[in-house]
Parts: sequence; C-alpha cells; structure tokens
Amino acid sequence: MRTKRIKGIKFGLLSPKEIRKMSAARIITADTYGEDGFPIEMGLVNQRIGVIDPGLRCKTCGGRMGECPGHFGHIELAAPVIHVGYAKLIYRMLNATCRKCGRVLLEGEYFLCTVTDADAETERELNKGVIPEELRDAFKTNDVPLSNDVGVTKEKNGEWVVVTGKNTFIIKKEDGELNIYDAGEKRSFLREIELQREKQTDVGEVVKRVFKEASKKGVCTYCEDYLFSINTEAASAGLENGLNEGVIPEKLKKTFAREGRPLSKNATIRKGIDNRWVITGKDKTYKVKKEEEKLNVYCGLPQRVIKYDKPTTYVEIDEEERERRLMPTDVRERLERIPDEEIALFGMRAKDARPEWMVLTVLPVPPVTARPSITLESGQRSEDDLTHKLVDIIRINQRFMENRDAGAPQLIIEDLWELLQYHVSTYFDNEIAGLPPARHRSGRPLKTMSQRLKGKEGRFRGSLSGKRVNFSARTVISPDPDIDIDEVGVPEEIAKELTIGVNVTERNLVRMKEIVMKGREHPGANYVRRTDGKKVKITESNYEALGEEIDVGWKVERHIGDGDIVLFNRQPSLHRVSLMAHYVRVMPGKTFRLNPAVCPPYNADYDGDEMNLHVLQTEEARAEAKILMAVKCNIISPRFGRPIIGGIHDYITGLFLLTHGEKRFEKEEVLEVLRKIDINDLGESAGTFVSPPGIGMEVPYWTGKQIFSMILPKELDLQFRGKMCEKCIERGLVCEKEKCPREAYVIIKKGEVISGVIDEMAIGSFKGRIIDRIFRQYGEEAAKRFINDASRIAINYILQAGFSFGISDEDIPSEGKRQIREEAVREAEEKVDELIKAYEAEELEALPGRTLEETLELLIMQELGRARDAAGKIAERDLGMENAAVLMAKSGARGSMLNLTQMAACVGQQSVRGERIRRGYQGRTLPHFKPGDRSANARGFVKSSFKDGLSPTEYFFHAVGGREALVDTAVRTSQSGYFQRRLVNALQDLEVKNDETVREIRDTIVQFKYGEDSVDPSKGEYGKVVDIDEIIREVIGTEER
Amino acid sequence: MKKGKVSIREHGLVPKHEIMEGGEVKELLEKYKIKKEQLPKIKSSDPVIKEIKAVMGDVVKIKRRSRTAGKFISYRLVIE
Repeated sequence: MRTKRIKGIKFGLLSPKEIRKMSAARIITADTYGEDGFPIEMGLVNQRIGVIDPGLRCKTCGGRMGECPGHFGHIELAAPVIHVGYAKLIYRMLNATCRKCGRVLLEGEYFLCTVTDADAETERELNKGVIPEELRDAFKTNDVPLSNDVGVTKEKNGEWVVVTGKNTFIIKKEDGELNIYDAGEKRSFLREIELQREKQTDVGEVVKRVFKEASKKGVCTYCEDYLFSINTEAASAGLENGLNEGVIPEKLKKTFAREGRPLSKNATIRKGIDNRWVITGKDKTYKVKKEEEKLNVYCGLPQRVIKYDKPTTYVEIDEEERERRLMPTDVRERLERIPDEEIALFGMRAKDARPEWMVLTVLPVPPVTARPSITLESGQRSEDDLTHKLVDIIRINQRFMENRDAGAPQLIIEDLWELLQYHVSTYFDNEIAGLPPARHRSGRPLKTMSQRLKGKEGRFRGSLSGKRVNFSARTVISPDPDIDIDEVGVPEEIAKELTIGVNVTERNLVRMKEIVMKGREHPGANYVRRTDGKKVKITESNYEALGEEIDVGWKVERHIGDGDIVLFNRQPSLHRVSLMAHYVRVMPGKTFRLNPAVCPPYNADYDGDEMNLHVLQTEEARAEAKILMAVKCNIISPRFGRPIIGGIHDYITGLFLLTHGEKRFEKEEVLEVLRKIDINDLGESAGTFVSPPGIGMEVPYWTGKQIFSMILPKELDLQFRGKMCEKCIERGLVCEKEKCPREAYVIIKKGEVISGVIDEMAIGSFKGRIIDRIFRQYGEEAAKRFINDASRIAINYILQAGFSFGISDEDIPSEGKRQIREEAVREAEEKVDELIKAYEAEELEALPGRTLEETLELLIMQELGRARDAAGKIAERDLGMENAAVLMAKSGARGSMLNLTQMAACVGQQSVRGERIRRGYQGRTLPHFKPGDRSANARGFVKSSFKDGLSPTEYFFHAVGGREALVDTAVRTSQSGYFQRRLVNALQDLEVKNDETVREIRDTIVQFKYGEDSVDPSKGEYGKVVDIDEIIREVIGTEER
Repeated sequence: MKKGKVSIREHGLVPKHEIMEGGEVKELLEKYKIKKEQLPKIKSSDPVIKEIKAVMGDVVKIKRRSRTAGKFISYRLVIE
C-alpha cells in the first residue's frame, strides 16, 4: 500500500443538496421496529442505512453486520430551523449585511480621479511595478502623497493595486483612460484576507474586524432610498461644476436644510462612478445623482437593529421601535442574498460553506451503526439516545406538516415550529444555556451529538486519545520487602490470565510442548495459533492432544512467569517513573507485591492503592523496557538528580539502629542479620568481648557499622553530613566531623564506615547520598543490589532488635509537663496579654508597612509560635533518643519533631489563611468568649497536646484550621492536574536533537542548548556538570585539611 | 527617545540585544542547518527591539544570564 500524506483539511458546511445526495433513504416514519420484529421501511432503523442485526443484509451495499459501515439517511424538515451551533454566527452575519440586498455593509470602491496624461509608457511602467510620475502627480492632487518606496502590483484581473499605509488604491483601465479608485473598506479587507490565506495564517482576526466594522454601519450604501430632488434647469451647470470641484454648493446645503436634513459643517463631497456624487456628513452619507435634468438625492438604506434572543431567536426592531420576529425562513432568505464574492469577508468559501446552509432545511440522519440499539435481557429493545431524539424530530415534523396542510391557525403553526426548533437544537447539543435539556422517560438527560464528543469521556479524550487495553491487570498493592526492588509479585490467578505470544521454533519446541501439556496449570498457556492461523483455546479436554500436535510455526500464548518483564504503573502518571518495568514473580495471594523502596516514584502506599500491570507483547518492546524503563535505570530522578528510589520508614530506622553508636554483635548475630544477602566473608572482627557479659567467654565481635560496611563497594570513599547534623558551620561553630557528638558526620573510607550513623541522608529516597554515589561510580546494577541488600539488612536487624511505638511513648514526666504548662505556655499567654494591653493603651508601635492591628497580630503570632517551640524543646529533652518517635524523626524515617511536639507537648496556634482564627460571631469566635477578646485562647491557640486531649473550644479551633488544609489539598490537586495537562499538551513534541538544541516538531528551535548548559540533571552532579570539590578530594586523597 | 525617559536597555533585568550582521546570521543558520524561519521569534513591537531599531527579518543576538550555564546566548528572528 502506498502511504499518503495529508496535505490539508477542508472545513465546510453540508448543503441541503449534499445531504440529499449522500442519503440512502428518506426517513418519514418515527417508528423503529414493526410488530414482526423487523425494521420498518422508511423508519429510523432502516435496512438501507445500515445493519446492526446479525444475519440481515444492508439493502444499500449488501454488506452483513460488520461489513456495512452504515449509510446516512435524511429527514426533509417541514420548515427551516436554525442550527444552534451557528446561531451566533448567523446573528453576526445578519448584523453585518444589508436587510434588503444582502451585501456586506462595508464601503465599496469609489472613484478618485483620472490620470490625465497617461499613455502606453505609463502602463508599461505600471506593469514593471514602478509608479510613473504622472500617476504620482495625480495622487498628489488628491491629497495622497506617495512615498518613494511604495510600489504597484498587477492583479489577475488586469487592474493595478497601490498600497500606502492604511489605504489601498486601484488603477483601472476604462475606455482607454486610467482611472484611480480608492479601494474602500470592502476591497481592502478582501485583499487582507487573501494575503493571510496565501501566508497560510489565521484569518480569524481580520474576520473579526470585518464583523466589527460592518455592524457599526447603520445604512447600506448599495441600496438607495430616495429622499428628494432638486430641479436644476436654471443653475444646473454651476451646481454641477461646484460638485465636481469638491465643494458643496450653498444652494445644495440650503435644500438639505429645508428637507430637514441639515448637513454638518465639515461634510465633504467627492465624485463617484457615473454621474454620482457622495456627500459624507458626520454619520450620514448621501448620494446625489443626475437623472433626467434633475439632481436626485438618495441616502443609503437604513438598517434596523436586530436583537438576538438566545439560543435561536432573532427579532428585528424597526424605526418605530416595533418588534418583529425573524422566522428561520426570513433569516435564510437574507443569508441567501449575500453575494458569493463577499462570503470571503467572513473567512468562508462560498463553494464549501454558503451561509444559508446554517439554516437547516434537510437533516442528515446518521447510520444506525452510529446509534445501535441494545437488546435487554427481557428481550425488549432499548434505542440509543440519538434515535430517541430523531423520533421526536420526525414526530413534530409530521405534525407540523399535517397542521399546515389542514390550514391550522398561525399561532399553532408557530408553536409547532418552535417545538421543532427545540428538538433539532437539543439533537445537536443538549446542554444549551436557556433551553431545558431533553430528557429520557426516566428523567435522565439525553446524550446527544455534542455530549458524545465533548469532555473527558467524549469521543476525543475518551475514545481516541485513550482507550482500554488488553494484556493488562489491576489489583491492590501490598508490601513485600523480601522481593527485589525491580520485581513485582503477581498473583497466580492473574499470571494465568496474562499471556505472551511465543512463536514455536525448533529451539523452543520442547519447552513449548511442555507448557501446552501443562493445560490450565500455572506456567502453561491459554491459546495456541496453528500454522493455518486458527486460534484454539487450550481446555481441560484438548491440551494433551494439542501438546502432541504442536509443531514449529505455531504460536503459543503462554502464561507470564517468573522473570518476564512487565510494565507497572500507578495513576496519576505525573512523571516518567510512574511507569517502570519490573520482573514478574508469581506468588500466591490476590495482590500485587511491591518492595516498599519503590513506593516513592509511584507515590504509592498500601492503604488500598491499586496499580496496573501491562504485559509487553513484542521482543522490541521488551528490549526497550529492559534498557530504558527498568527500575534500576530510574533510581536517579531526572527531575532533581538524586535517587528517587531508596530506603523509607523501617529501612531507615533499621539501619539507623544498626549503625548508631557502637553496637557489638557476635558471629551468630552477624550471620543472622546478613543471612538474606550474598556475603561470603565477614572480614576481621573489631575485637573481642565477653558474652554474655560477665559470665560468658571472650568472643570476637563485629560492630553495626562493620555489618553495614559489608554491603558497600570495597573502594567507596565518601563523606557527607547526615540528617542529624545541626548545621554547626552555618551557626558559626566548628564542625567536629568524626567526633560529632550526634554522629552526624559520615565518613566512608575504602568501603568502611569510619564514623557517622546511617540515616535518611545516606540511604533515604530523595536524599540518599550513598545510593547516589554507588549509582554514579559503580552503575545501576550495583546501585540496585545495594538498595536490595541495605533493605534486607535493615529489615533483618529491626526484626531482631524490635521497634515499637505506643501511646505511652508520648508521655512526658510531670516535671516536664509542669514546665511546658507554666514556663512555655503561661509565659507566652502573659506576654500576649501584655501586648494586647499595650495595644489598647495605644502604646504599641506599628512595624513598617503594617497597621497597628497587623503589628499586634504579628507579634502575638510570633510569641505563640515561640511558645510551641519552647514546649517542643522541653518535650524533646524529656523524651530523648531512646524514644521511638524521636528516633524516627531524627533519622528521617517518619514524622517530624513538630508532629511529636503536637502529640506530646502543645498543638499550638490554629490558623486560617495565615492569621489567627477570627471568623465566627461578631467580634468573637465562639460564645464562650467576650466580644473583642484577643487573647490567645479566644483566637485559636491550642495549649493542650493531642495526648492530653483538647478542650471543647480548642477542638473546635483545630477543626476550623483543619478544614482549610482539607479544602486546600482538594483545590490544589484539581488545579495542578489541569495545569499539568496544559503543560504536557504544550511541551509533548519538544525533543533534544543530536546537536543539543531543543526543537519542536517542525524543527523550529526552542532552545539553542538543552537547559542552556546541556546537562542532563540525572547525569550531572546536583545541577552542575561536575562536582569540582569531590574530584579534588578524590585526586589528592581523602585527607582532612 | 523622549527626554527624561530612561532606556530600558540599561535596566539590569533586560538582557543585551544586538542586531546581527548578514554574515553572522548566515554562519548561525549554517551551524544549526536551519532556515531563518526556524529561529525563535520576537515581535518588532517588543520594547527592546523598538529601541535598537531592528526591523522585520533582522536576527538579534541576546546575551543573558543563565541560572544553569552562567551566560547564555540566544538568537531571535524579528517578526511583524
């Protein structure tokens, strides 16, 4: 087959003629199926417009169901109706055209002057594109000085066009004379549109201006309305001369005044074509014509105001303010009168879109294949919404005709017409403002044309841009720290449903035979395709036979099994790591199993999240997934250049516990922790100790740091500041490095942890310095292995050590409690009261740029914030590192010190929009307080902790603040979702080319260098190309300064 | 420029724009193997373009500070 390229798309309107031409049947009957159960002739489910019943043949093309694509039918409407989709355009066209002659209300060309001394040479020069001197003079005498760079172009019709600034002039050769015409608005616009068309740019903006200008005009200058005449016998010669000279003779002025149409002072006159003159006043134009020795004065035809009543009614208001409804017939007649040549002014082509086609006289009926009926279980037929709507249209159409033929009163006819309009309108769009939506018998609004296409579930977004796929599965996810990070646990039930097509060759024949022989057992197959292309389902009864028969050339749809590569995805797919390739591991159970370390990229948790799995069907797809999409390729995020896959929660806690301080482990204990990973040599022990203390024997021991070091690459050198670091350097103190009391400075030399504790900064997702370094230095496989090993050690150790957290962990000794209550909170409350007193005594001084009240609020907020922090400090001191929550917060495993403060010490100030709570009653938040009370308690300060419990008022304030957070997240997700969609749509075609430029689809450059430095964030060092400091350290050795 | 007005080009946030010579433009187009129309565009109504009096069809060289690369040079074709 030859490939064809789309050169262009033509849009147009369907003409009644075209609708009839493409119609296979005229539809007259509103019924669908007859009593015999067969479609009725001339009915809406016509055998000539498509078949949806199996076994029947199409009467138009002879095709069976599935072969016949369906054919259009048509309905002859008894009276024209407006097409709602074009109602607004119709209104604008009515306004822009003359009510009588239909021409666009724009000034046409008018005569300027004759070039007196023109000869053959003049024309020759014009053809060359040069403006001859005599022409220049002619222009000059008419007050149009031409600058030197103005040229002239010859048009197809033999005329010449001169464009100067805003004006366009046309030079025509008439009766051997060269006449200069001013092109007028109409020609100028036409030219402009033509030029835009040639440039293939949008004409919309010009068309908008056409409508704007034309709608402003109150009169049609083409139609003439006779006003009065002047008998010129006596002074005719004088008058005419005056007219030609461009001055309005006094006599004429007087006559105008006498006729009640005084001319304005600056009215001008100019000569028009054949014995006409045009007088332009302030807002009126008159024409003076010499006819039979008389000068007749005309004015343009005044236009009437047209009112548009949404959705489909037009009302004309005449000079006496009487309203007359324009029926669709009137509208159609007017549109018909618009001349073909002027259609282009509206940005349309008369050949493809005549304006009157926007008023429907014939309605196309879509094929039944586009609106199939469904047979319910009861055997009853249920028709498509579109069919229902078409039934309505035909019914009313029929009634309209009957009534009109019977000579029914005008009122009834109009009512029916209106009803027909309603049905046709809602057939196109059932969500028109101002029209009640057409409903199904059950009260459900019908889904008509527009609803089928529009929106998320519409044809475009729902059926074309996205659709359902085969070879996919979805279920709940649950954690399994024992599988690798690039594995996914697949329930056997699902593995038996998802298949991969394998071509049987000599090499895999034996294996395939085995698989087929398995029948419905797990690593089996569901279908085989024989050499003749026939697909056979493997069943309990035929698998043995098929297994015998199977041969080279067959295709086996085998179950997925361990080691197959699949895609795993969680919505919303906001970035590329929301879809990664995993290796299958078939397991019992009904959920997908996922290593918790890969939760961060998917943003998944196990509170009921579901994920999708897709089985790749071709060798190419599998290769691509393996190379580009595998989990290990995506450990480093391209977004911020740090690992996005890494330890979370217990992984961090476990390693923290293991490496914190100097924990000693006997050989058996070490082996227990390491039992799940591939370590063959424990290396030298750190020393010996007596175990159990005091009674046991002297045995060698290893430290926790040593155990962790065993999974590090042997040559790894690295130092960094951990999560525990309290920024001594930034605070002007000295960093004690390996002597740091908090073990916050991690030093790794030759793959040994010398000092420091392993925490979130070392192995956590988003941070993980060690993962990052291993990935860059030893590659993705090593990084993957490290994360696997680290998580196993962590889990094994935390399992052994034990780790728990309960309500009693939030207990603070009574002394601490007293301090919080009396020192932190009460002092703050007192200070707040003082501030309020100072404010009321007008002693408070306003901060720059703030009112006094704002200052007060700010100071109070600060004071109360300090109170909570102070309470938090006391709690932290009293709980200590032995506390599980503190440990988790400090190591970065979960939670923060703020969370802890709120649980154990003091919840703190609640706020709405960053201010203390103020809403509620007049002057107070709740009736528990006096109006005007600004104290901490009355404005939402919660001094209790969650553990102690909140007082009723505190509880209420907490709910008020909490609601804001809830609303915020709801609003933010929907907004950012839409923003993401827009960004993706705008940027999806951008590509980084081989020369490092970013280009869009037509190869237009968007950026000369990707990111301006052509650095891939996932390859560079945290936004830089290279980390100079690190390289220097590497080269000169890891010695400290 | 009107008296008393300050040139926007002197403002710290306005990058340096210069009109490129014909030869330079040719070199640029050859370097990226593109036609003039494939360059990024800038409107002639842009205040800086008006000030340096570039006209339609000119190519301007824009030197600006860059967060990632320190200094970055971009080119734009002046359009209507």
